[in-house]
Amino acid sequence: MVQYNFKKITVVPTGKEFIDIILSRTQRRTPTQVHKGYAISRLRQFYMRKVKFTQQNFHDKLSTIIEDFPRLDDIHPFYGDLLHVLYNKDHYKLALGQINTARNLIGKIAKDYVKLLKYGDSLYRCKSLKVAALGRMCTVIKRVSPSLAYLEQIRQHMARLPSIDPNTRTILICGYPNVGKSSFINKITRADVDVQPYAFTTKSLFVGHTDYEYLRYQVIDTPGILDRPFEDRNIIEMCSITALAHLRAAVLFFLDISGSCGYSIAQQAALFHSIKSLFMNKPLIIVCNKTDLQPLEGISEDDMKLVMEMKAEALKTVIGQGGEPTDDDGVLLKMSTLTEDGVIAVKNAACARLLDQRVESKMKSKRLSECLNRFHVAMPKPRDQKERPPCIPQAVLEAKAKKAEETAEKEKRKLERDIENENGGAGVYSASLKKNYILAHDEWKEDPMPEILDGHNVYDFIDPDILMRLEELEREENVLQGLEADDDFEMDGAELTPEEQAALAEIRKKKSLLIQQHRIKKSTAESRPTVPRKFDKDKRFTSERMGRQLSSLGLDPTMAIDRARSKSRGRKRERSVSRGGYGDDSMEVDGEQANKKLRLRSRSASRSKSRPPGEVVPGEGYKDTAQKTKAIKMAKSSSKKRNKDARRGEADRVIPTLRPKHLFSGKRSIGKTDRR
Amino acid sequence: MRLEKCWFCSSTVYPGHGIQFVRNDAKIFRFCRSKCHKNFKMKRNPRKVKWTKAYRRLHGKDMTQDATFEFERKRNRPERYDRNVTENTLKAIKKIDKVRVDREARHHAKRMKGKKAQLHREAAKELEQSIHMVKAPSVLQKEPSLTLPKTKVKVSQPQTEDNRMEE
Repeated sequence: MVQYNFKKITVVPTGKEFIDIILSRTQRRTPTQVHKGYAISRLRQFYMRKVKFTQQNFHDKLSTIIEDFPRLDDIHPFYGDLLHVLYNKDHYKLALGQINTARNLIGKIAKDYVKLLKYGDSLYRCKSLKVAALGRMCTVIKRVSPSLAYLEQIRQHMARLPSIDPNTRTILICGYPNVGKSSFINKITRADVDVQPYAFTTKSLFVGHTDYEYLRYQVIDTPGILDRPFEDRNIIEMCSITALAHLRAAVLFFLDISGSCGYSIAQQAALFHSIKSLFMNKPLIIVCNKTDLQPLEGISEDDMKLVMEMKAEALKTVIGQGGEPTDDDGVLLKMSTLTEDGVIAVKNAACARLLDQRVESKMKSKRLSECLNRFHVAMPKPRDQKERPPCIPQAVLEAKAKKAEETAEKEKRKLERDIENENGGAGVYSASLKKNYILAHDEWKEDPMPEILDGHNVYDFIDPDILMRLEELEREENVLQGLEADDDFEMDGAELTPEEQAALAEIRKKKSLLIQQHRIKKSTAESRPTVPRKFDKDKRFTSERMGRQLSSLGLDPTMAIDRARSKSRGRKRERSVSRGGYGDDSMEVDGEQANKKLRLRSRSASRSKSRPPGEVVPGEGYKDTAQKTKAIKMAKSSSKKRNKDARRGEADRVIPTLRPKHLFSGKRSIGKTDRR
Repeated sequence: MRLEKCWFCSSTVYPGHGIQFVRNDAKIFRFCRSKCHKNFKMKRNPRKVKWTKAYRRLHGKDMTQDATFEFERKRNRPERYDRNVTENTLKAIKKIDKVRVDREARHHAKRMKGKKAQLHREAAKELEQSIHMVKAPSVLQKEPSLTLPKTKVKVSQPQTEDNRMEE
């Protein structure tokens, strides 16, 4: 069953919007930059693409519009007629036709301009061609914009049409305005239709759904119909007429007995007769509403006669469908929607009648046989009178029996849970998990077995023959111990004597000392001054030392010391003997008066009596005391010993600034300023 | 409850200690402490890390194969409890331990033993080569025994007359 859903139609934009959309799309989706320096073919291509793109988009969008709107000839005649009633078929078709034409026109424009663009010779010409093409397309759309607006309106209205399925079970409610049709539908379905005292409250069709015997029925509420000639009817009435005409439904013709709708029974009967042609082949029920105001029995004779006539007509329809002619109750029913008296009966009657009719028609049609052919229950034909019950294997029967037994037992068996509850509940009683152990002796059940012993897992050692293996192991062990004892006696005879040991110890000590000294020398090499041994300050290379070392080796050092001395002290002794002037060619190794100048000076001076240092002695050649003191000073300063120790002197110890600013201020580029 | 072995250092992991790491291929690595765990994460090979049992076994520092190791074998099928077997097992565990410890000590001693001869040889050589450092060769010739000479501070210092200044 096709669901008539007009909600899926795409929105139809207005003319202006349409143009805007398409043009902005073109702008976005096609390349935008072009320079006059490009090759002409590229320029042409660029603009051709734009024109084609625009045309394509127009085409697409217009095609969707045309396709989305339903073709009145292709849909169910009910909807076709309904749409015609509402919107005027011709107008509708015209609008769509205009759209179609617009589409074709745009296609033509694009084709023409593309042809022209192929021969465009400059950027400007191509551009203006493109502008012209696009402009013409937009003009076409502008011309068509009223159709677009109309279609949009139609679309909005169509989306709100009730979704009536023309093929399913339907109940149609018709009658004069204000007779109680909408109240009735409100009562039997979940539809919420406006109920007001004025006529034509309901202006269009309304659908509700109700259930009867597990089937769903559509109930359609129509606007009221007045008794007028067909041509004079307005759109609203035409809606209901269309519904009546096209839908195969059960019709409930509502009659207001009391006349509170403003129309008399006579008028209503007249209406009935005028539209009774529409009731062909439809199960018709005449419903007398508002019986709370005026019971059916209490109406006047004339009215009763009219009602009877209507009933007769209705009966005819029943007869026409093959029902019993004497079935009175199914045709004329009375109810009151206000008191809800008889409402359900009416609904049931209507549904039942409709169902019967549909079933009958189905049975008569060819389609039914197709349905019936799908079912077939095959029964084997009995060959003889022998009984052949179903075969159940013995095991299954036994299992079944056992199961039955077990369930009985389960009810009687004492559960662990029960025991727990008896002995104090969950927190108090802890079940003995070892209760059901299967062991060789039952008293072993509660044995506590250690799992860990001395850093080993006991389970890893468990072995029934462990004792045997242990015995083997112990035997092996004894053997091994015996062997070991023998091994210990093999001592090597090459032992060192105590003397040798002492000598070795001494050698090693000396060696380690040498190594230590060497290491110190190496590690301090950078900060130690490299001074030749001549100027050894610590006096580490003295003859005494040499003597000691030699004697420790067992040698007699005296000759060596003498030899060393003769090179230094020996000279001194000679000099004291011959006080001539041979002192110059001696090498002074260690001794005072190394300086020549001072030596000479001191030698020439005699020590008869001591004088103050500055006193001028006539033979010396000084002018006065000042000169002499100056000369002494100069001599002294010239003979100042050079600092050959390479050590820092007083001159080297100055720190010009204790807190230089560049070290104590400023930010760091990396690192912290906690410490500087 | 089981005592496991640390994958890295092969020490026992007692319950409540260490970390277990399960890899995507379902292999379980147990560590006794974070030291081993961190070493593992650094992808260090325990066979190259000196203090692990794996290294020691590989490099022959500790005993590798022995009958005592055969007693301890992980069983996957649980045995039914038998009191006598269990009693025997518990006693046996202690004895096996003692034997194992003795054997390891023996192994260690044997390892340490072999150097004596070499040491003697080295000592003799050193003595011969470096004896000149403590006893002069000439003295050695005169007196071939290896008794060391006594150190004497025997340097004569006739200094006094030289210190006289010239007058």
